[in-house]
Amino acid sequence: MKRNPFPLVVLIVVVVFLYLPIAVLTANSFNTSRFGGTWEGFTLKWYYQLLLDNQVWIAFANSLLIAAGATLSSCVLGTTAALALHRWNTRLQVFHYSLIYTPLVIPEILMGISLLLSFTAVGIDCGLHTILIAHTTFCVSYVTMTVLSRLQDFDDSLIEAARDLGANAWISFIKVQFPLLLPGIVSGGLLAFTLSIDDFVITFFVAGPGSSTLPLMVYSMIKHSPKLPVINCLSSVMLLLTCLLVLASRALQNFRGNKAA
Amino acid sequence: MSAPSVLWLTVFFVVPTLLVVAISFHPAAPDGGIGKAWTLDTWRHISNPNYPAIVWRTLWISAATAASCVVLALPCAFAIARMQKKWRAIMAGLIMLPFWTSFVVRVFAWRLLLHPEGFLKHLLMTLHIAEPNTQLLYNSGAILLVSIYSFLPFAIMPIYAAAEKFDFSLLEAARDLGAKSFFAFRKVFIPGIRRGVVSATLMVFIPSVGSYVIPDLVGGKNSELIGNKIYQRTFPDRNLPHASALSAVMAIGVLVPLGFVALFLRRQDRCEAMRLADAGGTKQRGGAA
Repeated sequence: MKRNPFPLVVLIVVVVFLYLPIAVLTANSFNTSRFGGTWEGFTLKWYYQLLLDNQVWIAFANSLLIAAGATLSSCVLGTTAALALHRWNTRLQVFHYSLIYTPLVIPEILMGISLLLSFTAVGIDCGLHTILIAHTTFCVSYVTMTVLSRLQDFDDSLIEAARDLGANAWISFIKVQFPLLLPGIVSGGLLAFTLSIDDFVITFFVAGPGSSTLPLMVYSMIKHSPKLPVINCLSSVMLLLTCLLVLASRALQNFRGNKAA
Repeated sequence: MSAPSVLWLTVFFVVPTLLVVAISFHPAAPDGGIGKAWTLDTWRHISNPNYPAIVWRTLWISAATAASCVVLALPCAFAIARMQKKWRAIMAGLIMLPFWTSFVVRVFAWRLLLHPEGFLKHLLMTLHIAEPNTQLLYNSGAILLVSIYSFLPFAIMPIYAAAEKFDFSLLEAARDLGAKSFFAFRKVFIPGIRRGVVSATLMVFIPSVGSYVIPDLVGGKNSELIGNKIYQRTFPDRNLPHASALSAVMAIGVLVPLGFVALFLRRQDRCEAMRLADAGGTKQRGGAA
Protein backbone atom coordinates (compact mmCIF):
# COMPACT_ATOMS: atom_id res chain seq x y z
CA MET A 1 0.00 0.00 0.00
CA LYS A 2 1.26 3.48 -0.84
CA ARG A 3 2.24 5.42 2.23
CA ASN A 4 1.21 8.99 2.71
CA PRO A 5 4.43 11.08 2.65
CA PHE A 6 2.86 13.87 4.75
CA PRO A 7 4.08 12.70 8.23
CA LEU A 8 7.65 12.32 6.98
CA VAL A 9 7.59 15.81 5.47
CA VAL A 10 6.35 17.26 8.79
CA LEU A 11 9.09 15.36 10.63
CA ILE A 12 11.80 16.78 8.38
CA VAL A 13 10.43 20.31 8.75
CA VAL A 14 10.32 19.87 12.55
CA VAL A 15 13.91 18.63 12.74
CA VAL A 16 15.03 21.64 10.69
CA PHE A 17 12.96 23.88 12.97
CA LEU A 18 14.63 22.35 16.04
CA TYR A 19 18.17 22.77 14.76
CA LEU A 20 17.96 25.98 12.72
CA PRO A 21 18.25 28.45 15.63
CA ILE A 22 21.16 26.52 17.12
CA ALA A 23 22.92 26.36 13.75
CA VAL A 24 22.43 30.06 13.06
CA LEU A 25 23.70 30.91 16.54
CA THR A 26 26.83 28.81 16.18
CA ALA A 27 27.52 30.11 12.67
CA ASN A 28 27.15 33.67 13.91
CA SER A 29 29.75 33.18 16.59
CA PHE A 30 32.24 33.06 13.68
CA ASN A 31 30.62 35.97 11.86
CA THR A 32 32.31 39.37 11.70
CA SER A 33 28.88 41.05 11.59
CA ARG A 34 27.56 42.15 14.97
CA PHE A 35 23.90 41.18 14.55
CA GLY A 36 24.33 38.27 12.20
CA GLY A 37 21.72 39.38 9.68
CA THR A 38 24.27 38.96 6.93
CA TRP A 39 27.55 37.07 6.60
CA GLU A 40 30.51 39.42 6.61
CA GLY A 41 33.39 37.02 6.89
CA PHE A 42 34.91 34.44 9.22
CA THR A 43 36.51 35.54 12.46
CA LEU A 44 37.71 34.14 15.75
CA LYS A 45 37.96 37.53 17.44
CA TRP A 46 34.78 37.08 19.48
CA TYR A 47 36.16 33.83 20.89
CA TYR A 48 39.37 35.63 21.71
CA GLN A 49 37.40 38.31 23.59
CA LEU A 50 35.55 35.57 25.45
CA LEU A 51 38.80 33.92 26.54
CA LEU A 52 40.02 37.19 28.02
CA ASP A 53 36.84 37.75 30.07
CA ASN A 54 37.68 37.01 33.70
CA GLN A 55 34.05 37.01 34.85
CA VAL A 56 33.28 34.16 32.47
CA TRP A 57 36.07 32.04 33.92
CA ILE A 58 34.85 32.67 37.48
CA ALA A 59 31.31 31.72 36.48
CA PHE A 60 32.62 28.63 34.72
CA ALA A 61 34.52 27.56 37.85
CA ASN A 62 31.37 28.11 39.97
CA SER A 63 29.29 26.07 37.54
CA LEU A 64 31.76 23.18 37.58
CA LEU A 65 32.02 23.22 41.37
CA ILE A 66 28.25 23.21 41.87
CA ALA A 67 27.65 20.60 39.17
CA ALA A 68 30.29 18.30 40.68
CA GLY A 69 28.91 18.71 44.19
CA ALA A 70 25.29 18.30 43.12
CA THR A 71 26.17 15.23 41.02
CA LEU A 72 27.94 13.54 43.91
CA SER A 73 25.26 14.22 46.52
CA SER A 74 22.36 13.44 44.18
CA CYS A 75 24.02 10.17 43.14
CA VAL A 76 24.21 9.04 46.76
CA LEU A 77 20.66 10.16 47.57
CA GLY A 78 19.24 8.94 44.24
CA THR A 79 20.84 5.50 44.38
CA THR A 80 19.65 4.83 47.93
CA ALA A 81 16.21 6.08 46.95
CA ALA A 82 16.07 3.80 43.90
CA LEU A 83 17.20 0.78 45.97
CA ALA A 84 14.52 1.50 48.58
CA LEU A 85 11.80 1.98 45.96
CA HIS A 86 12.83 -1.21 44.20
CA ARG A 87 13.01 -3.37 47.30
CA TRP A 88 9.93 -2.37 49.28
CA ASN A 89 6.34 -1.83 48.34
CA THR A 90 4.94 -0.09 51.40
CA ARG A 91 2.88 3.04 52.03
CA LEU A 92 6.08 4.91 52.83
CA GLN A 93 7.44 4.01 49.40
CA VAL A 94 4.28 5.25 47.69
CA PHE A 95 4.84 8.56 49.46
CA HIS A 96 8.55 8.35 48.64
CA TYR A 97 7.80 7.79 44.95
CA SER A 98 5.52 10.82 44.82
CA LEU A 99 8.26 12.87 46.52
CA ILE A 100 10.66 11.82 43.77
CA TYR A 101 8.13 12.21 40.98
CA THR A 102 6.55 15.59 41.80
CA PRO A 103 9.70 17.73 41.32
CA LEU A 104 9.91 16.32 37.78
CA VAL A 105 6.51 17.72 36.81
CA ILE A 106 6.14 21.04 38.63
CA PRO A 107 7.43 24.20 36.93
CA GLU A 108 10.98 25.08 37.93
CA ILE A 109 10.03 28.58 39.00
CA LEU A 110 7.90 27.15 41.82
CA MET A 111 10.82 25.17 43.19
CA GLY A 112 13.05 28.23 42.88
CA ILE A 113 10.74 30.58 44.73
CA SER A 114 9.85 28.08 47.44
CA LEU A 115 13.52 27.45 48.20
CA LEU A 116 14.30 31.16 48.20
CA LEU A 117 11.43 31.82 50.60
CA SER A 118 12.57 29.05 52.94
CA PHE A 119 16.16 30.29 52.97
CA THR A 120 14.90 33.81 53.68
CA ALA A 121 12.52 32.61 56.40
CA VAL A 122 15.27 30.68 58.19
CA GLY A 123 17.76 33.51 57.68
CA ILE A 124 20.29 31.73 55.43
CA ASP A 125 22.11 34.09 53.05
CA CYS A 126 22.08 32.96 49.45
CA GLY A 127 25.29 31.97 47.71
CA LEU A 128 27.01 28.94 46.23
CA HIS A 129 25.84 26.71 49.12
CA THR A 130 22.15 27.48 48.48
CA ILE A 131 22.60 26.78 44.75
CA LEU A 132 24.22 23.46 45.66
CA ILE A 133 21.26 22.51 47.88
CA ALA A 134 18.75 23.51 45.20
CA HIS A 135 20.56 21.61 42.44
CA THR A 136 20.87 18.49 44.59
CA THR A 137 17.12 18.66 45.24
CA PHE A 138 16.08 18.59 41.59
CA CYS A 139 18.87 16.21 40.48
CA VAL A 140 17.86 13.50 42.99
CA SER A 141 14.68 12.77 41.01
CA TYR A 142 16.54 12.29 37.72
CA VAL A 143 19.22 10.03 39.23
CA THR A 144 16.57 7.98 41.04
CA MET A 145 14.56 7.48 37.86
CA THR A 146 17.65 6.44 35.87
CA VAL A 147 18.91 3.98 38.49
CA LEU A 148 15.39 2.66 39.05
CA SER A 149 15.04 1.81 35.36
CA ARG A 150 18.37 -0.08 35.54
CA LEU A 151 17.16 -1.92 38.64
CA GLN A 152 14.09 -3.10 36.77
CA ASP A 153 16.38 -5.09 34.45
CA PHE A 154 18.45 -6.30 37.38
CA ASP A 155 18.36 -10.01 38.10
CA ASP A 156 17.56 -10.19 41.84
CA SER A 157 18.52 -13.87 41.99
CA LEU A 158 22.18 -12.78 41.73
CA ILE A 159 21.87 -11.29 45.22
CA GLU A 160 20.20 -14.43 46.50
CA ALA A 161 23.04 -16.47 45.04
CA ALA A 162 25.60 -14.27 46.79
CA ARG A 163 23.70 -14.57 50.06
CA ASP A 164 23.48 -18.37 49.68
CA LEU A 165 27.22 -18.46 49.18
CA GLY A 166 27.64 -16.80 52.55
CA ALA A 167 27.97 -13.10 51.75
CA ASN A 168 26.19 -10.79 54.18
CA ALA A 169 23.82 -8.05 52.95
CA TRP A 170 26.55 -5.43 52.80
CA ILE A 171 29.12 -7.59 51.00
CA SER A 172 26.58 -8.79 48.46
CA PHE A 173 25.63 -5.18 47.76
CA ILE A 174 29.24 -3.97 47.39
CA LYS A 175 30.53 -6.98 45.46
CA VAL A 176 27.53 -7.90 43.32
CA GLN A 177 24.81 -5.30 43.03
CA PHE A 178 26.86 -2.09 43.06
CA PRO A 179 29.26 -3.02 40.22
CA LEU A 180 26.32 -4.08 38.05
CA LEU A 181 24.43 -0.87 38.84
CA LEU A 182 27.45 1.37 38.32
CA PRO A 183 26.80 2.19 34.63
CA GLY A 184 23.26 3.24 35.57
CA ILE A 185 24.53 5.39 38.43
CA VAL A 186 27.18 7.02 36.23
CA SER A 187 24.67 7.68 33.47
CA GLY A 188 22.29 9.22 36.03
CA GLY A 189 25.19 11.23 37.37
CA LEU A 190 26.06 12.58 33.91
CA LEU A 191 22.43 13.55 33.51
CA ALA A 192 22.54 15.37 36.86
CA PHE A 193 25.77 17.10 35.85
CA THR A 194 24.25 18.25 32.54
CA LEU A 195 21.08 19.52 34.19
CA SER A 196 22.99 21.28 36.93
CA ILE A 197 25.42 23.00 34.59
CA ASP A 198 22.53 24.21 32.38
CA ASP A 199 19.99 25.18 35.01
CA PHE A 200 18.90 28.77 34.95
CA VAL A 201 15.54 29.41 36.62
CA ILE A 202 16.11 27.72 39.99
CA THR A 203 19.68 29.03 40.19
CA PHE A 204 18.46 32.52 39.38
CA PHE A 205 16.21 32.52 42.44
CA VAL A 206 18.60 31.04 44.99
CA ALA A 207 21.87 32.67 43.84
CA GLY A 208 23.29 35.37 46.04
CA PRO A 209 25.46 38.32 45.06
CA GLY A 210 28.77 37.21 43.58
CA SER A 211 27.72 33.60 43.00
CA SER A 212 27.18 33.64 39.27
CA THR A 213 27.09 30.46 37.19
CA LEU A 214 27.46 30.21 33.40
CA PRO A 215 23.73 30.33 32.58
CA LEU A 216 23.27 33.30 34.96
CA MET A 217 26.23 34.95 33.28
CA VAL A 218 24.79 34.42 29.78
CA TYR A 219 21.45 35.73 30.96
CA SER A 220 22.83 38.90 32.45
CA MET A 221 24.93 39.43 29.31
CA ILE A 222 21.80 39.02 27.17
CA LYS A 223 19.90 41.51 29.32
CA HIS A 224 22.60 44.11 29.90
CA SER A 225 25.67 43.70 27.74
CA PRO A 226 25.98 45.05 24.21
CA LYS A 227 28.59 42.38 23.34
CA LEU A 228 26.18 40.24 21.32
CA PRO A 229 28.79 38.19 19.37
CA VAL A 230 30.62 37.24 22.58
CA ILE A 231 27.36 35.83 23.94
CA ASN A 232 27.12 33.77 20.74
CA CYS A 233 30.54 32.31 21.46
CA LEU A 234 29.76 31.52 25.08
CA SER A 235 26.44 29.96 24.01
CA SER A 236 28.13 27.83 21.34
CA VAL A 237 30.67 26.61 23.88
CA MET A 238 27.87 25.69 26.29
CA LEU A 239 25.96 23.86 23.53
CA LEU A 240 29.04 21.85 22.65
CA LEU A 241 29.72 21.03 26.30
CA THR A 242 26.17 19.72 26.88
CA CYS A 243 26.10 17.74 23.65
CA LEU A 244 29.31 15.99 24.65
CA LEU A 245 27.93 15.17 28.10
CA VAL A 246 24.67 13.80 26.66
CA LEU A 247 26.50 11.72 24.06
CA ALA A 248 28.76 10.32 26.81
CA SER A 249 25.71 9.40 28.88
CA ARG A 250 24.07 7.77 25.85
CA ALA A 251 27.21 5.83 24.95
CA LEU A 252 27.37 4.49 28.48
CA GLN A 253 23.76 3.32 28.39
CA ASN A 254 24.29 1.66 25.02
CA PHE A 255 27.49 0.01 26.20
CA ARG A 256 25.51 -1.54 29.02
CA GLY A 257 22.68 -2.48 26.67
CA ASN A 258 25.02 -4.21 24.19
CA LYS A 259 26.65 -6.22 26.93
CA ALA A 260 23.28 -7.39 28.20
CA ALA A 261 22.30 -8.38 24.67
CA MET B 1 17.57 3.15 53.09
CA SER B 2 14.81 5.52 52.04
CA ALA B 3 15.68 7.80 54.96
CA PRO B 4 18.24 10.09 53.24
CA SER B 5 16.16 10.97 50.21
CA VAL B 6 12.85 11.19 52.08
CA LEU B 7 14.46 13.46 54.65
CA TRP B 8 16.17 15.63 52.04
CA LEU B 9 13.08 16.05 49.88
CA THR B 10 10.87 16.72 52.90
CA VAL B 11 13.17 19.47 54.14
CA PHE B 12 13.97 21.04 50.78
CA PHE B 13 10.83 20.33 48.78
CA VAL B 14 7.71 19.65 50.88
CA VAL B 15 8.35 22.17 53.65
CA PRO B 16 9.29 25.00 51.23
CA THR B 17 6.16 24.31 49.16
CA LEU B 18 3.94 24.51 52.24
CA LEU B 19 5.81 27.62 53.32
CA VAL B 20 4.87 29.38 50.08
CA VAL B 21 1.19 28.95 50.93
CA ALA B 22 1.74 30.06 54.54
CA ILE B 23 3.73 33.17 53.58
CA SER B 24 0.95 34.39 51.29
CA PHE B 25 -1.15 34.91 54.45
CA HIS B 26 1.48 37.10 56.12
CA PRO B 27 2.08 40.81 55.46
CA ALA B 28 5.27 42.06 53.82
CA ALA B 29 7.72 43.62 56.26
CA PRO B 30 9.12 47.06 55.35
CA ASP B 31 12.67 45.64 55.17
CA GLY B 32 11.68 43.21 52.43
CA GLY B 33 11.20 40.30 54.80
CA ILE B 34 8.04 38.63 56.02
CA GLY B 35 5.83 40.10 58.78
CA LYS B 36 4.66 38.06 61.78
CA ALA B 37 0.93 38.89 61.68
CA TRP B 38 -1.68 36.96 59.70
CA THR B 39 -3.61 38.76 56.98
CA LEU B 40 -5.75 38.28 53.88
CA ASP B 41 -4.57 41.55 52.32
CA THR B 42 -2.30 39.87 49.77
CA TRP B 43 -5.09 37.68 48.45
CA ARG B 44 -7.45 40.67 48.30
CA HIS B 45 -4.83 42.54 46.33
CA ILE B 46 -4.27 39.63 43.94
CA SER B 47 -7.90 39.71 42.83
CA ASN B 48 -7.54 43.24 41.38
CA PRO B 49 -8.23 43.37 37.63
CA ASN B 50 -4.56 43.41 36.64
CA TYR B 51 -3.76 39.89 37.74
CA PRO B 52 -6.67 37.95 36.25
CA ALA B 53 -5.67 39.34 32.84
CA ILE B 54 -2.14 37.99 33.30
CA VAL B 55 -3.40 34.64 34.57
CA TRP B 56 -5.74 34.43 31.60
CA ARG B 57 -2.95 35.25 29.12
CA THR B 58 -0.68 32.65 30.71
CA LEU B 59 -3.39 30.02 30.42
CA TRP B 60 -4.30 30.73 26.80
CA ILE B 61 -0.68 30.90 25.62
CA SER B 62 0.02 27.61 27.44
CA ALA B 63 -3.07 25.97 25.96
CA ALA B 64 -2.20 27.21 22.46
CA THR B 65 1.39 25.97 22.90
CA ALA B 66 0.19 22.55 24.06
CA ALA B 67 -2.30 22.25 21.18
CA SER B 68 0.25 23.29 18.54
CA CYS B 69 2.91 20.98 19.94
CA VAL B 70 0.55 18.00 19.91
CA VAL B 71 -0.60 18.74 16.36
CA LEU B 72 3.03 18.89 15.18
CA ALA B 73 4.10 15.92 17.30
CA LEU B 74 1.44 13.51 15.97
CA PRO B 75 2.75 13.22 12.39
CA CYS B 76 6.36 13.28 13.65
CA ALA B 77 5.81 10.44 16.11
CA PHE B 78 3.87 8.55 13.45
CA ALA B 79 6.70 8.93 10.94
CA ILE B 80 9.38 7.88 13.45
CA ALA B 81 7.39 4.87 14.65
CA ARG B 82 7.11 3.57 11.07
CA MET B 83 10.86 3.70 10.49
CA GLN B 84 13.30 0.82 10.85
CA LYS B 85 14.65 0.19 14.34
CA LYS B 86 18.04 1.78 13.72
CA TRP B 87 16.51 4.95 12.27
CA ARG B 88 14.00 5.17 15.11
CA ALA B 89 16.81 5.39 17.69
CA ILE B 90 18.67 7.98 15.62
CA MET B 91 15.59 10.15 15.12
CA ALA B 92 14.58 9.95 18.79
CA GLY B 93 18.10 11.02 19.75
CA LEU B 94 18.03 13.84 17.21
CA ILE B 95 14.73 15.15 18.59
CA MET B 96 15.87 14.93 22.22
CA LEU B 97 19.37 16.39 21.86
CA PRO B 98 18.33 20.08 21.68
CA PHE B 99 16.21 19.53 24.78
CA TRP B 100 19.31 18.74 26.85
CA THR B 101 21.17 21.84 25.75
CA SER B 102 20.91 25.06 27.69
CA PHE B 103 17.41 26.46 27.68
CA VAL B 104 18.58 30.06 28.03
CA VAL B 105 20.90 29.65 25.05
CA ARG B 106 18.11 28.30 22.84
CA VAL B 107 15.78 31.15 23.74
CA PHE B 108 18.62 33.57 23.08
CA ALA B 109 19.10 31.98 19.65
CA TRP B 110 15.50 32.90 18.82
CA ARG B 111 16.05 36.41 20.07
CA LEU B 112 18.86 36.64 17.52
CA LEU B 113 16.75 35.19 14.72
CA LEU B 114 13.83 37.52 15.43
CA HIS B 115 16.06 40.54 16.06
CA PRO B 116 15.25 43.57 13.82
CA GLU B 117 18.65 43.04 12.15
CA GLY B 118 18.55 39.26 12.43
CA PHE B 119 18.40 36.38 9.99
CA LEU B 120 14.65 35.76 9.93
CA LYS B 121 13.74 39.41 9.45
CA HIS B 122 16.13 39.62 6.50
CA LEU B 123 14.69 36.44 5.04
CA LEU B 124 11.09 37.60 5.43
CA MET B 125 11.93 40.99 3.92
CA THR B 126 13.58 39.39 0.88
CA LEU B 127 10.45 37.29 0.44
CA HIS B 128 8.37 40.50 0.83
CA ILE B 129 6.46 38.99 3.75
CA ALA B 130 7.73 41.47 6.33
CA GLU B 131 7.86 45.26 6.13
CA PRO B 132 11.01 47.06 7.35
CA ASN B 133 9.13 48.10 10.50
CA THR B 134 7.50 44.74 11.24
CA GLN B 135 8.24 43.85 14.86
CA LEU B 136 8.91 40.13 15.28
CA LEU B 137 10.11 40.32 18.88
CA TYR B 138 8.46 41.44 22.11
CA ASN B 139 4.89 40.23 21.63
CA SER B 140 2.66 37.27 22.49
CA GLY B 141 3.26 35.72 19.06
CA ALA B 142 7.00 35.52 19.74
CA ILE B 143 6.29 33.90 23.13
CA LEU B 144 4.03 31.34 21.47
CA LEU B 145 6.58 30.54 18.74
CA VAL B 146 9.51 30.13 21.11
CA SER B 147 7.39 28.11 23.56
CA ILE B 148 6.40 25.71 20.79
CA TYR B 149 10.06 25.43 19.84
CA SER B 150 11.21 24.82 23.41
CA PHE B 151 8.56 22.32 24.44
CA LEU B 152 8.04 20.38 21.21
CA PRO B 153 10.38 17.51 22.21
CA PHE B 154 8.25 17.06 25.37
CA ALA B 155 5.27 16.40 23.11
CA ILE B 156 7.00 14.19 20.55
CA MET B 157 8.58 11.78 23.06
CA PRO B 158 5.46 10.55 24.92
CA ILE B 159 3.46 10.32 21.69
CA TYR B 160 6.29 8.43 20.03
CA ALA B 161 6.55 6.08 23.03
CA ALA B 162 2.86 5.28 22.59
CA ALA B 163 3.09 5.08 18.79
CA GLU B 164 5.96 2.61 19.01
CA LYS B 165 3.61 0.14 20.72
CA PHE B 166 0.78 0.81 18.28
CA ASP B 167 -0.20 -2.06 16.00
CA PHE B 168 0.11 -0.53 12.53
CA SER B 169 -1.70 -3.41 10.85
CA LEU B 170 -4.88 -1.86 12.30
CA LEU B 171 -4.30 1.12 10.02
CA GLU B 172 -3.87 -1.17 7.02
CA ALA B 173 -7.08 -2.90 7.96
CA ALA B 174 -8.87 0.44 8.05
CA ARG B 175 -7.42 1.35 4.66
CA ASP B 176 -8.48 -2.01 3.25
CA LEU B 177 -11.98 -1.34 4.48
CA GLY B 178 -11.96 1.84 2.43
CA ALA B 179 -10.88 4.54 4.91
CA LYS B 180 -8.85 7.41 3.46
CA SER B 181 -5.40 7.71 5.05
CA PHE B 182 -6.22 10.81 7.09
CA PHE B 183 -9.52 9.33 8.23
CA ALA B 184 -7.73 6.18 9.38
CA PHE B 185 -5.09 8.31 11.14
CA ARG B 186 -7.79 10.24 12.99
CA LYS B 187 -10.16 7.38 13.81
CA VAL B 188 -7.73 4.54 14.45
CA PHE B 189 -4.24 5.88 15.19
CA ILE B 190 -5.10 8.82 17.47
CA PRO B 191 -7.52 6.85 19.71
CA GLY B 192 -4.92 4.09 19.89
CA ILE B 193 -2.27 6.39 21.32
CA ARG B 194 -4.52 8.68 23.38
CA ARG B 195 -2.49 8.11 26.55
CA GLY B 196 0.57 9.49 24.82
CA VAL B 197 -1.44 12.46 23.61
CA VAL B 198 -2.72 13.16 27.13
CA SER B 199 0.73 13.06 28.70
CA ALA B 200 2.21 15.12 25.84
CA THR B 201 -0.40 17.80 26.46
CA LEU B 202 0.50 17.93 30.14
CA MET B 203 4.25 17.81 29.55
CA VAL B 204 3.93 20.94 27.42
CA PHE B 205 1.19 22.75 29.31
CA ILE B 206 2.85 22.57 32.74
CA PRO B 207 6.25 24.08 31.91
CA SER B 208 4.63 26.75 29.77
CA VAL B 209 2.42 27.84 32.66
CA GLY B 210 5.61 28.17 34.71
CA SER B 211 7.57 29.82 31.96
CA TYR B 212 9.67 32.84 32.90
CA VAL B 213 12.71 32.95 30.59
CA ILE B 214 10.70 32.98 27.34
CA PRO B 215 8.36 35.89 28.17
CA ASP B 216 11.26 37.77 29.74
CA LEU B 217 13.53 37.47 26.70
CA VAL B 218 11.14 37.55 23.73
CA GLY B 219 7.94 38.96 25.26
CA GLY B 220 7.15 42.62 25.72
CA LYS B 221 5.55 44.93 28.30
CA ASN B 222 2.09 43.92 27.11
CA SER B 223 2.68 40.20 27.11
CA GLU B 224 3.76 39.47 30.68
CA LEU B 225 2.98 36.07 32.17
CA ILE B 226 2.62 34.91 35.80
CA GLY B 227 6.29 33.91 35.80
CA ASN B 228 7.36 37.51 35.09
CA LYS B 229 5.15 38.82 37.88
CA ILE B 230 6.56 36.30 40.39
CA TYR B 231 10.05 37.48 39.50
CA GLN B 232 9.10 41.17 39.76
CA ARG B 233 7.46 40.72 43.16
CA THR B 234 10.43 38.70 44.42
CA PHE B 235 13.35 40.85 43.31
CA PRO B 236 12.70 44.42 42.13
CA ASP B 237 9.68 44.96 44.44
CA ARG B 238 10.81 42.60 47.22
CA ASN B 239 7.25 41.76 48.24
CA LEU B 240 7.59 38.09 49.17
CA PRO B 241 3.96 37.50 50.29
CA HIS B 242 2.78 38.72 46.88
CA ALA B 243 5.23 36.45 45.13
CA SER B 244 3.98 33.55 47.29
CA ALA B 245 0.35 34.19 46.49
CA LEU B 246 1.13 34.30 42.76
CA SER B 247 3.11 31.06 43.05
CA ALA B 248 0.15 29.46 44.79
CA VAL B 249 -2.08 30.57 41.89
CA MET B 250 0.42 29.06 39.45
CA ALA B 251 0.51 25.81 41.44
CA ILE B 252 -3.28 25.61 41.22
CA GLY B 253 -3.09 26.22 37.47
CA VAL B 254 -0.77 23.22 37.22
CA LEU B 255 -2.32 20.86 39.76
CA VAL B 256 -5.95 21.16 38.60
CA PRO B 257 -5.32 19.84 35.06
CA LEU B 258 -2.95 17.23 36.52
CA GLY B 259 -5.68 16.00 38.87
CA PHE B 260 -8.27 15.91 36.09
CA VAL B 261 -5.99 13.85 33.91
CA ALA B 262 -5.19 11.44 36.74
CA LEU B 263 -8.93 10.94 37.26
CA PHE B 264 -9.55 10.55 33.52
CA LEU B 265 -6.80 7.95 33.16
CA ARG B 266 -8.06 6.00 36.18
CA ARG B 267 -11.59 5.96 34.73
CA GLN B 268 -10.23 4.79 31.39
CA ASP B 269 -8.28 2.08 33.14
CA ARG B 270 -11.43 0.90 34.84
CA CYS B 271 -13.38 0.92 31.55
CA GLU B 272 -10.58 -0.98 29.88
CA ALA B 273 -10.50 -3.55 32.69
CA MET B 274 -14.26 -3.97 32.49
CA ARG B 275 -14.13 -4.38 28.74
CA LEU B 276 -11.38 -6.97 29.02
CA ALA B 277 -13.29 -8.83 31.72
CA ASP B 278 -16.36 -8.65 29.52
CA ALA B 279 -14.49 -9.90 26.48
CA GLY B 280 -13.05 -12.72 28.58
CA GLY B 281 -16.57 -13.57 29.75
CA THR B 282 -17.88 -13.59 26.21
CA LYS B 283 -15.09 -15.87 25.12
CA GLN B 284 -15.83 -18.23 27.99
CA ARG B 285 -19.50 -18.23 27.19
CA GLY B 286 -18.67 -18.79 23.54
CA GLY B 287 -16.41 -21.65 24.53
CA ALA B 288 -19.11 -23.23 26.67
CA ALA B 289 -21.56 -23.02 23.85
